[in-house]
Amino acid sequence: MSFQLVLDYLVSPAFFHGALITLLLTVTALVFGIVAGLVIALLQEARFAPLRGLALVYVWLFRGTPVLFQIIFIYNVLPGFGIRLSAFLSAVIALSLNEGAYMAEILRSGLRAVTRGQRTAALALGLTRGGVMRHIVLPQAMRIVLPPIGNQMIGMLKTSALVSVVAVEELLLVANQTASANFRYFEALSAAGIYYLALSTIFMAGQAWLERTLDPKRSRARKQRRTGLKALIPTVDIR
Amino acid sequence: MTRDKPLIEAVGVEKRFGGYTALKGCSMAVAPGETVVLIGPSGSGKSTFLRCINLLEPPDSGSILFKGKEVGRDFASAVRLRREIGMVFQNFELFQHLDAAENIMLAPMKVLGLSRHDAHDIALGLLAKVRIRDKADSYPDELSGGQQQRVAIARALAMKPAVMLYDEPTSALDPEMIREVLDVMADLSAEGMTSVVVTHEMGFAKRAADRIVFMEAGEIVETRASADFFGGAVGARARQFLDQILH
Repeated sequence: MSFQLVLDYLVSPAFFHGALITLLLTVTALVFGIVAGLVIALLQEARFAPLRGLALVYVWLFRGTPVLFQIIFIYNVLPGFGIRLSAFLSAVIALSLNEGAYMAEILRSGLRAVTRGQRTAALALGLTRGGVMRHIVLPQAMRIVLPPIGNQMIGMLKTSALVSVVAVEELLLVANQTASANFRYFEALSAAGIYYLALSTIFMAGQAWLERTLDPKRSRARKQRRTGLKALIPTVDIR
Repeated sequence: MTRDKPLIEAVGVEKRFGGYTALKGCSMAVAPGETVVLIGPSGSGKSTFLRCINLLEPPDSGSILFKGKEVGRDFASAVRLRREIGMVFQNFELFQHLDAAENIMLAPMKVLGLSRHDAHDIALGLLAKVRIRDKADSYPDELSGGQQQRVAIARALAMKPAVMLYDEPTSALDPEMIREVLDVMADLSAEGMTSVVVTHEMGFAKRAADRIVFMEAGEIVETRASADFFGGAVGARARQFLDQILH
């Protein structure tokens, strides 16, 4: 057991690069997952029944099969149809499509939580449909979906390790390869674990910060503090 | 009272929901400054009629006239009409993510394009008018039902509407809070705010209404001047309904 070696791995370009790939995978898959989820959530609310059917099939398919299966399927089966994608791109597509199925449910619950009455009240004030969405529905829905999306972020960070099966040079693959060269599993995996914990800590802090920012009552406290401070500072007329 | 040209008028409004006919050709004209109280059994179409007036429910046939002009059927015309008409709902429907002042400021800022500063001044003025100036920073879930409904009234007033529509504004309130809301509404009517009120509060009708309109089964059964109505000039069906709600 060598802590020096753990430290060496932590600062080595290979591990740093692996962590970077993991972060990149997680963030892109989340972004595209949210986009896919939003599309599916809106399809689920569509008036045209076949569109709702399409959304149902999507969720059924991607929630009903293992994400590992989806990764391998996209990487290995699509080339048979002439679609040749890099391992990284296949991985992002698989993770995004899978994430979309879960995000759809989360986003739909958020949109549904803003009652019809609130939308009606906003319309009665003379807002347009777009205005109702922007000023009434989305700000309230965001606060509702944030905790479950934070959960998905952390989940995605860990799920991204699965793409090592299609040889994307992410953190776990780097650690495993390093260890199998010299059998120093403890050191290599410890370094990878530290990176994972560091990344999930950053995500958690980001989520907590966003939740505080979006909580109106806390922003009121901030407003009051600010005006309180202003009262303490003698006003200077700069004109 | 003087019979001016109607400010807002519904002509032959029909509304169907699937196979069910909620309104069977309802017509009503409201003069500037007039307060009309709509009464009738539940399911008689009062609320639907009110929502047709500001086109929250588009009528299947018939038309809405505002200041003598027929309002178009397109969404943009409906939006323009709603900017002139304030509406208050049974369940208040305050925006939960905004405090009382911000609830009032939203439409003046986002619809009329007022600055935050000007909108805030308007909000504080209106909160004083509905007698809860000290609740400007409170969020809806920190207010009582009566306070929430008064904020909702202030929110509607912030658009300087020509007409106010009230859809059972006290039905969701505890008895001790009904009075504070009705007082605000009666004051507005006394100041000349043109109002259409769906309510079961006959005390309010007696105090503030110029006219009483009785609806049943999607039809306007009778329309009476308030003094006549409370003087006993009431048809048989309206009488029966009154006996029921007054026990």
